[in-house]
Amino acid sequence: MNAKEMIARRVALELENGDVINLGIGLPTMVANYLPKGVNVTLQSENGFVGLGALNGEADANLVNAGGQPCGIIPGAVMFDSAMSFMLIRGGHVDVTVLGGLEVDEEGNLANWMVPGKMVPGMGGAMDLVTGAKKVIVAMEHCAKNGSAKILKKCRLPLTGKGVVDLIVTELGVFRVTEEGLVLEEVAPGVDVEFVTARTEANLIISPNLNQMQNIS
Amino acid sequence: MTNKQISIQEATDYFKDGMTIMVGGFLAVGTPDVLIDALIEQKVQNMELIANDTGFPDKGVGRLVVSRQLSKVIASHIGTNPETGKQMIAQEMDVELVPQGTLAERVRCGGAGLGGVLTSTGIGTVVEEGKQKLSVNGVEYLLEEPLRADLALIRAKKADKAGNLIYDKSARNFNPLMAMAADVVIAQVDELVEVGEIKPDEVMTPGVVVDKIVYLGGC
Repeated sequence: MNAKEMIARRVALELENGDVINLGIGLPTMVANYLPKGVNVTLQSENGFVGLGALNGEADANLVNAGGQPCGIIPGAVMFDSAMSFMLIRGGHVDVTVLGGLEVDEEGNLANWMVPGKMVPGMGGAMDLVTGAKKVIVAMEHCAKNGSAKILKKCRLPLTGKGVVDLIVTELGVFRVTEEGLVLEEVAPGVDVEFVTARTEANLIISPNLNQMQNIS
Repeated sequence: MTNKQISIQEATDYFKDGMTIMVGGFLAVGTPDVLIDALIEQKVQNMELIANDTGFPDKGVGRLVVSRQLSKVIASHIGTNPETGKQMIAQEMDVELVPQGTLAERVRCGGAGLGGVLTSTGIGTVVEEGKQKLSVNGVEYLLEEPLRADLALIRAKKADKAGNLIYDKSARNFNPLMAMAADVVIAQVDELVEVGEIKPDEVMTPGVVVDKIVYLGGC
């Protein structure tokens, strides 16, 4: 299993039956493929609907997901405008949002929308999502492509949100943001705590109930 | 009731160099492409664009970036159109990035006669720079000001001749908000019917805010 699939499978365990969920583009989108049995969630798409589903049949030019890709909708789906879409997001009507990250830190700060001088795609709906969703999960590979740590003492890139992250899931472990600091709650099979800390800049509090990362087989 | 249908040539009468335009659409879905074609053909210059994103170089409002007809863009996302980033870095075009929900609310305020909106989105980020902060019941908010335009160019699936509009699926996005927030509103529609053929409860944007309709379909 590759790292992204491991992460997506573990994040899926965080979702509860009946939740309204917003999944970011890329890895977070994969979470929908691994929902546990008996867990039905409603997917929200910030371009203006709830009831996002897999593309079933021919693509419709007027039906795309928030990444602009053709998608499907489930029976009972509802379409609306961008104001309603973000009323749902900002107003606390979205239970969980899953986003990617460039950097996350011990205080739950998240940076994922720009790299000064290199890449400025814009924040899109990410700042509203991290502000308004009841639970914010960052799903990302543990280290950057060059091997540098992404879980930091303090984010260096411009922030998407301050103190907004609840949980970080990587292929090496699960980390919870608490008032005391960042708690390592689970480690991946075949990985020990030293392996994780060596690849993490942030100070980690090792949970007394440290577990192996759940259900990623 | 007045028939609001005009030709695409008549629509160009509302184009002016230096105007501020709002254009509906999300990654080119729900963008009035025929009106974008007209802006390009007419070589309207120095426009300020308010839109969710800058589409793609060859699709949606992104074509106005490539044709260098914009002096400023206010949008939430420019990543799908590399030309926007290039012109921004070269300081050839001013780009103001706004969180998508804040952009929607700023446009809504502009159309609703409101002086702004208070939102927590952007607190603790560069978005708060230069903005007034207010604390309400212990929660900190940014004051985000309304946006209006000289001209809104929107896209609907169906209209009657009075301008009552129905949108199609995710092509709705910013269109209904922008229909409220400009001095002149022109809707490109895919289907045009007589007044009375759309049921009152099915109308998504009331025709009273839509000035003109461009319909290129048959008959």
